[in-house]
Amino acid sequence: MNKQLIKIAVVIVALLALAFIVPRSGSFVVLLATRAMAFAILAMSLDILLGFTGLASLGQAAYFGVGAYLCAVLATKFHFGLGWDFWIVVVLGILIGMALAAIFGLFAIRASGVYFLMITLALGQCVWGLAYRWNSLTGGDNGINMSGRPNFGIDLSNEVTFFYLVFAFFTVSLLLLYLLVRSPFGKSLAGIRERELRMQILGYNTWLHKYIAFIIAGGFGGLAGVLWAQTNGHVSPETVVLTTSVDALLMVVLGGAGTLVGGAIGAAIVFGLREYLSTLVPWWQYALGGVYVLAILYLPTGLIGIPERIRQARGTTSKKPSQSGETKKLASVPS
Amino acid sequence: MTTTLSRRLSPLLLGTVFAAGLMLSSNARAEELRIGFVAPTTGIFAQVGKDMVDGFQLYLDQHGNKLGGADVKFIVEDEQGKPDTAVTKAKKLVLQDKVHMFIGGLLASSGYAMAPVSTAEKTMYIASVPAADDLTQRQLDKYPYFIRTSWSSSQPHHPLGQWACDQGYKKVVSIAADYAFGYEVAGGFQKAFEDCGGKVIQKIWPPLGTKDFGPYIPTIKQDADAIFTLMVGPMSLQFPKQLRAAGFKKPILGGGTSYDEFALPFMGDEVIGDVSALHYSAAIQTPKNEAFVKAYRAKYGKVPSYYSENNYTTAQWIDEAMKKAGGKWPGPEQFIKIMQGLKIDAVRGPISMDDMRNPIENIYIKKVEKKQLFGYDKPELWNTVIKTYPDVSQFWTYGKAKFLAQPVYSRDFPPCKFCE
Repeated sequence: MNKQLIKIAVVIVALLALAFIVPRSGSFVVLLATRAMAFAILAMSLDILLGFTGLASLGQAAYFGVGAYLCAVLATKFHFGLGWDFWIVVVLGILIGMALAAIFGLFAIRASGVYFLMITLALGQCVWGLAYRWNSLTGGDNGINMSGRPNFGIDLSNEVTFFYLVFAFFTVSLLLLYLLVRSPFGKSLAGIRERELRMQILGYNTWLHKYIAFIIAGGFGGLAGVLWAQTNGHVSPETVVLTTSVDALLMVVLGGAGTLVGGAIGAAIVFGLREYLSTLVPWWQYALGGVYVLAILYLPTGLIGIPERIRQARGTTSKKPSQSGETKKLASVPS
Repeated sequence: MTTTLSRRLSPLLLGTVFAAGLMLSSNARAEELRIGFVAPTTGIFAQVGKDMVDGFQLYLDQHGNKLGGADVKFIVEDEQGKPDTAVTKAKKLVLQDKVHMFIGGLLASSGYAMAPVSTAEKTMYIASVPAADDLTQRQLDKYPYFIRTSWSSSQPHHPLGQWACDQGYKKVVSIAADYAFGYEVAGGFQKAFEDCGGKVIQKIWPPLGTKDFGPYIPTIKQDADAIFTLMVGPMSLQFPKQLRAAGFKKPILGGGTSYDEFALPFMGDEVIGDVSALHYSAAIQTPKNEAFVKAYRAKYGKVPSYYSENNYTTAQWIDEAMKKAGGKWPGPEQFIKIMQGLKIDAVRGPISMDDMRNPIENIYIKKVEKKQLFGYDKPELWNTVIKTYPDVSQFWTYGKAKFLAQPVYSRDFPPCKFCE
């Protein structure tokens, strides 16, 4: 329990430092941090499925996409969400993400393992197809340009102000998801991840648990989408494309599945390498690929497992089985 | 505690340090002209991105890295073929590098995504490739700091429609890639062709990236006099090959990217005789173009494509505008005005700018021929110019008001009146 408190303290200090340092750095760093945090919410929502429930989804971009398109369509076609009603758009974005997940979940939750992966991939591609071809609504391949960020007394077009908004959403999402995974519901999700059959024998309705987790993940995906649309001022099918789902999945695995903050760390690393390093050197892709390969070879629990590995190497900790903490190997997920 | 923290935040901290360093260095030299260039230098469009950068760089190299007397700081950023990334990189160029202007973008979606950045940041954006019609048509009002030095998608294809009609073709089947660029290209062709009395009797839309045209080719109506096609990338190599292999003997007309110099060297002899239209051909027989092709080929080992030429000419345009401004950056509004007022004697021919900030330029109807050109020793495929339409504007002969009154070309506009 004490270790848990230290972890929480580290996260809080990290968040405070982030809120303090980023606005004082160059505006481009503010922009990157904003993007990384909006995307981190998506990565964390996927972690609920991947890390805590043991469901590897390749369709998380679908909820992200509907959130983003909702925000863009409302702003451009109905001039809605440009003032205080932005908050309604946020709620609608969460609801539309949840609604879509509720529909998709009916198809996807029946399967597990690779079949779940394939079904979510197919469903995600359906949303991409809609975005690409529904020209009158989505602008097709060209996407939708938004005219500016909302202004409700607080002007979000200022990058630093907007950073704080996304930061707040990120922090609240992290807190809510943390409370969720610590709750009895979260514990039973972990139980399903470890051994679904045993949970069924104990009398849990595992289908319903997974379905609800799927819907919650969809809701946070929708929220991330709304913030993403406002971050870029532009939504295109590229937002919903398969690589967005894959990116989110890689970020979670890279940072450490089943830890929540792992997704955020993964997002920070990937955005840092892909969008910051690429402004400095042309070989950034090798760096990103190298990080992925090394993490998969040597850090099966993700980057967040580094301190644990160091401690193990020093031999300062006893080899209790529970020492691997909350980061469980994905390989242990029963299919 | 602090070490853990700094490890976690190291990318950001590192970023801060670099950002601070870059800002200092850019503030120290105020006299230079800082130009940001956004192109896909990685990913599936990396080769096109290279052509874009090389074109601009060639002009800089030939002019001692000076444009209009000002030292140029040329900063290339990778947009990775994604509009989201293009926006981030454009903002990076403006916020961190404090560029006077940013140039580039490849796909229409990147162009659309970056144009609002120019408005929000009050920085000039030159679209040196993105061709989306509406950027300089129905949406121009939103982008006061935007100017285009290349072409609009439908611009070369109105003349091609007219030309097809003049050849006596009565019925044409259109087969074009299923996305916004395809709609605008095929729409421009159909509009001009039908206004002249021709009939487009069938429209087929294979998805972008189609690798096998087997399912589409048998559905092409047999009573067509010719076929109009708009393909991009690998599609443009595959389609004519499969069509000819299927025994199709009638003429093939192509949209700009179907036969541009980017794809042409990889094509087989089956494309000889195919006709396409664009605002540039590497086979234009002028001393200026010959010198450009030779210099480009000597340096980069390949024939320049329109991506190369457009960016070379963009550099030239900036050069002449800076000269007129006396070598000092006059601010974006003034600079756009100067650029609009210039007449450029470019590699592709004479260019001026219309009042919607899109070039008025020659459109070349080109036929693929195998021959030796410019003294190269091997016979190669070249886009020989068979007809030049001088000073074509984006509104063709319709006039601005009438043209803008119609909706932007789409899958359903112009409607296929003669389809059954």
